[in-house]
Amino acid sequence: DTVLAAATITMKLTSTVCFPRQEIMKWNGWGYSDSKFLFNKKGQAEFTGKRYRLSGMVLPSLQDWFENTFGASVNHKSPATPALNASAVPPASLNEAFVEDLKATGIPFSHEAEDRVFRAHGHCLHEIFALREGKKFERVPDMVVWPNCHSDVVKIVELACKHNVCLIPYGGGTSVTSALECPPEETRCIVSLDTSQMNRILWIDEKNLVAHVEAGIIGQDLERLLNESGYCTGHEPDSMEFSSLGGWVATRASGMKKNVYGNIEDLVIHIKVVTPRGVIEKSCQGPRMSTGPDIHHFILGSEGTLGVVTEVTMKIRPIPEYQKYGSVVFPNFEAGVACLREVAKQRCAPASIRLMDNEQFQFGHALKPQVSSIFTNFVEGLKKFYITKFKGFDPHQLVVATLLFEGDRERVLQHEKQVYDIAATFGGLAAGEDNGQRGYILTFVIAYLRDLGMDYYVVAESFETSVPWDRVLDLCRNVKERINRECKERGVQFQPLTSCRVTQTYDAGACVYFYFAFNYRGLADPVHTYERVEHAAREEILANGGSLSHHHGVGKLRKEWMKESISSLGVGMLQSVKDYVDPDNIFGNRNLL
Amino acid sequence: SVSSSFPFSLLSISSRKQRKNTIRDGFEDILEERRNSSDLKYALRCYAPVLYKGVTPCKANMLKNIVLQSDQLRYVINQVSQESGEAPDIIQEEASVILEEMAHRLQISTVRFFAFALSKAFKTLFQHVCVNEEGIQRLQQAIQEHPVVLLPSHRSYMDFLLMSYILYTYDLALPVIAAGMDFMGMKFVGEMLRMSGAFFIRRSFGGDKLYWAVFSEYVKTMLRNGFAPIEFFLEGTRSRTCKSLTPKLGLLNIVIEPFFKGEVFDVNLVPISISYERILEESLYARELLGVPKPKESTSGLLKARRILSEDYGSIHVYFGQPVSVRSLAQGKVNRSTYNLFPRHIPRKPMEETQSFVNDTAYRIVRLQEDNMVLKPWVLMASLLLQNLEGMELSVLTEQTVWLRGLALSYAAFLDWPDHAPTAKVVSSSLALHRGLACVSGGRVSLVVGEPLGPVTPEEALFNRAVSVLSCASYRNQVLHVFLRPAMLAVAMLHLSDEVYNCFSFLWDMFSNDFILCPGDTVQDFEEACYLLVKTGAVQMPQQDIVMTDIGQPTLSFFNGLLEPFLQGYQVVCRYLCEEASEGLTEKQYIPAVRSFHSVLCVFTGNLRCYEVLSSDMQKNALAALLRMDAVRKVKVADQVTLIVNKMAVNSIDDILGKNRMISHINQTQISPSLSLVAVAEDLCRDGLTPSYIR
Repeated sequence: DTVLAAATITMKLTSTVCFPRQEIMKWNGWGYSDSKFLFNKKGQAEFTGKRYRLSGMVLPSLQDWFENTFGASVNHKSPATPALNASAVPPASLNEAFVEDLKATGIPFSHEAEDRVFRAHGHCLHEIFALREGKKFERVPDMVVWPNCHSDVVKIVELACKHNVCLIPYGGGTSVTSALECPPEETRCIVSLDTSQMNRILWIDEKNLVAHVEAGIIGQDLERLLNESGYCTGHEPDSMEFSSLGGWVATRASGMKKNVYGNIEDLVIHIKVVTPRGVIEKSCQGPRMSTGPDIHHFILGSEGTLGVVTEVTMKIRPIPEYQKYGSVVFPNFEAGVACLREVAKQRCAPASIRLMDNEQFQFGHALKPQVSSIFTNFVEGLKKFYITKFKGFDPHQLVVATLLFEGDRERVLQHEKQVYDIAATFGGLAAGEDNGQRGYILTFVIAYLRDLGMDYYVVAESFETSVPWDRVLDLCRNVKERINRECKERGVQFQPLTSCRVTQTYDAGACVYFYFAFNYRGLADPVHTYERVEHAAREEILANGGSLSHHHGVGKLRKEWMKESISSLGVGMLQSVKDYVDPDNIFGNRNLL
Repeated sequence: SVSSSFPFSLLSISSRKQRKNTIRDGFEDILEERRNSSDLKYALRCYAPVLYKGVTPCKANMLKNIVLQSDQLRYVINQVSQESGEAPDIIQEEASVILEEMAHRLQISTVRFFAFALSKAFKTLFQHVCVNEEGIQRLQQAIQEHPVVLLPSHRSYMDFLLMSYILYTYDLALPVIAAGMDFMGMKFVGEMLRMSGAFFIRRSFGGDKLYWAVFSEYVKTMLRNGFAPIEFFLEGTRSRTCKSLTPKLGLLNIVIEPFFKGEVFDVNLVPISISYERILEESLYARELLGVPKPKESTSGLLKARRILSEDYGSIHVYFGQPVSVRSLAQGKVNRSTYNLFPRHIPRKPMEETQSFVNDTAYRIVRLQEDNMVLKPWVLMASLLLQNLEGMELSVLTEQTVWLRGLALSYAAFLDWPDHAPTAKVVSSSLALHRGLACVSGGRVSLVVGEPLGPVTPEEALFNRAVSVLSCASYRNQVLHVFLRPAMLAVAMLHLSDEVYNCFSFLWDMFSNDFILCPGDTVQDFEEACYLLVKTGAVQMPQQDIVMTDIGQPTLSFFNGLLEPFLQGYQVVCRYLCEEASEGLTEKQYIPAVRSFHSVLCVFTGNLRCYEVLSSDMQKNALAALLRMDAVRKVKVADQVTLIVNKMAVNSIDDILGKNRMISHINQTQISPSLSLVAVAEDLCRDGLTPSYIR
């Protein structure tokens, strides 16, 4: 009964698909073409399709929330360009010799405009906005290749070196760091190397609990296929419906349940990478080694600048016997953070624990589907009365923590009690499984909601950081304030939505995730305004002791802060690795450095 | 014509930036309503100020608990405990006692009492208490958005009661005020002040870690939580001379740090200029500067001061300046992320970058205070009278005052000149208000010198004369910030032997303890000076030259005369150090020694007019300048600090000042004729007269 199970029912397709992903996915928005939010004729919001829990449901409070929060109106539409205008796509400039040699290998490729455009972007606001507006593209890949296995990749990279062609690896396309954007100054032929066909689990080793998997596999497929054998990786980044294993490695991804399973760097045992200098891999699968700096850490987070990750051996776990959602309401954000800090201190964090601020709590509420029974309505009312009137929580202050426990039943219940007891000492009240689960649904539909917003003059984006415990509150407050102030100064006419949640806890700090959205009516260049505000927000984060990124990565969006973040000597170290591994800059996406 | 070694190509661009926006708010008299309605009702009216982001006010006791429980304080308590070997509990108890001694106990009932009592007192003492209401509105806005620090100028004991009175009047959050411990001596009054929001800090607690920790945490806690605006005096103490004092940085550092550490989004600093037409402490200050010890604050002393209630002290103007955002100021100057690598609760010396930022900020705020000081006509008259100590014709005074008014206005002085009143009336009513300082007899205006009954020793006569000169100087000093830069340029121009900019820069450096000159602003100040002198037609600047115009003479002479007492004073100090100072002169002996050295010069020559060097303020500033210029060094021997004089260096400084003066005599005889002090001093020394001989 997980969110994901619901989401994956009809997803048999991907394992058998298919070069043109755009047939089932939007070319100018998030996710599946059949799933989207819209305001129906009655002005009520609904979510189309059949893939998700919310699919086919009417969400009666969303319109009010949307209009009140943004000062937007369902009568003011800003519709997207319906179809890709092929004339807006620059013609492919092909390296004929490369194409000839490639043909000889039999590896499929394409230079259709739609294929190329689809792989020319990730999901940053400016990228999606430009697609919706039908803007002319400055630079897109000149062709796309679909290797089927490791040795195909070796051939492609060899040919690229031979003919001096620029390669940009493409996994799930969910980047939010401009990492997939083609450098406009690149004059060589740019080839997008789409790993989607390398999506097999090659073997499962039950003795050591590891699986050897091709790196193009998409998160949900990996999980589903392993589940068939009774296993899971437990790695569930919010993008797992679409993001790929290779992408996780290349960006140092983090999963929602890292408290039990670890982040990607904890999960990988062995990595195979094809670089212009050859293939990098270790010679054994020892669980830990003292052999100088870990070469995996040159690969993890290399963001496609060194080569292509083709195969990964990663840890697997038996599927947990029991899973339980939960939630706790706190009177305010401060109390909630104090509780999460204590949970981290006692090292008893459940598989997932997240704290949503009041804005996000209200947002979550706006997504409540229509309830059919009067009884449910009544119970809801009673709960609300209990919390706000009886317990004296201010509805404009209260926040909610969502929890997910995993393990054997008995231990889950024990664990649950321990966490609720800690919460109680910070004034937290248990608020039921439903609220918890709804919190996680929000995670999967939030990107769809951004498309809805963009249909009505609202632009939105998220960004994240990690920060020591003692600075969490100050950072959250200052970043929100900075956003509000910057918006005002830059002529945004409406109060922006700024919201944050603490999504991961660590011994020494936490990961904080921000949502930021505003109504852009009256602005000449909303994307530019948005980018300036995000830039200011990132500076504020850094000034308040936050990191440049916890898991999204650097890409090209945050390159300018790399020196400040890791020192120029640090940048030099990375640069010297790049220079050694890829002297001709074949992997020329220009991320990171 | 004088050549300058200054790159004038920069000038036109940057001086354009200089032209400050000098549009200022108008004033409302808050006493007017007090004269027309019940004070009691006013004191008892509903008082419900808006607070920072709607925080609920914090009870004094809760505040103390927050401070005592804070990580910051606990860390220092443990540290002190480890160093001293005392148990943490005992140190904790000590901290608690310090806090008890320090903390305010703001009570609305006490505030109401003051609201009533001060209404009565103000109406008796003052004609008007004027406030710029736009400033109040800005402040109200700022209080809701950010923690606010109120930074008033400090000229009188009255200042902080007046501030609270005004904030109460406008229904604004009452501030907590950092006050010197000396108030605590006044038993009852001290407690009253405490209950009206004052908290008390010891004057010096140099190495006392615990005291510092309690103090800074107390202030920061109030600031971070926005419980109340924090008020303190950047100048650290009341300025006895009415010149702004070099700002003290301790408290400013404390209130700015929470911003750098990200504990607050921003801090707003509000410069407030309180201008008194007549200062209550006027002659008290002059005596203090001349070494008659400051009366200890005592309740009975305050009661004796009742007699001042029978006098007219004119008006007060309180100008609330534009709130200054620390965040905007620090933009690009301080990299906040340097605070990321150190636990925030561990006290640390501010980094160099931060220190210079705080220093800069302090100067800027004091200059903002100066800019919005309201100047009365008397200030201009006092400036003229001091250049004519033998007195001047009333008609000449009137004429020159009008001339000076024009000059001041074109230099953007905030002059409160009565509308539509004939000049003669303005002059005479100013003279009437300040009849204790100047009198008219037989059509001549001269300074009033207190004549004690009975025979007077020459020293007493000198002292009395000096009291009246220093009292008068405290008014002239109020206008100095307007004229200072062009005046230094005027002095530099009349000093032919060196390049103008170098000379300006020398004076700038020399006088940077006496006046508010922002560190590093020499070039900018020079440009401003040029701009202003050109603007008023006193000089022209063809190519690389600065040339006095045909009509420039009166302006330049006036400016020269304006700075004359300072040049003379510094010179006397130099002379003293070169000619007279004994080996092993201690810092403590310095002031009385200079004073008696100078008395000798004066008493024995009879017609020397350099009275201002008798002021301990000038003596200290001169010494500080010489220390800064490495002409004098401090050496600590046992418990004594001894001054080691580099006679060569002092001599050459004296030379430069001396040349200046000689030149200035030639050029300005009609306004301020005076003797060459150096010559007299040299004569005296040759004659073997020493201060000890006189004693």
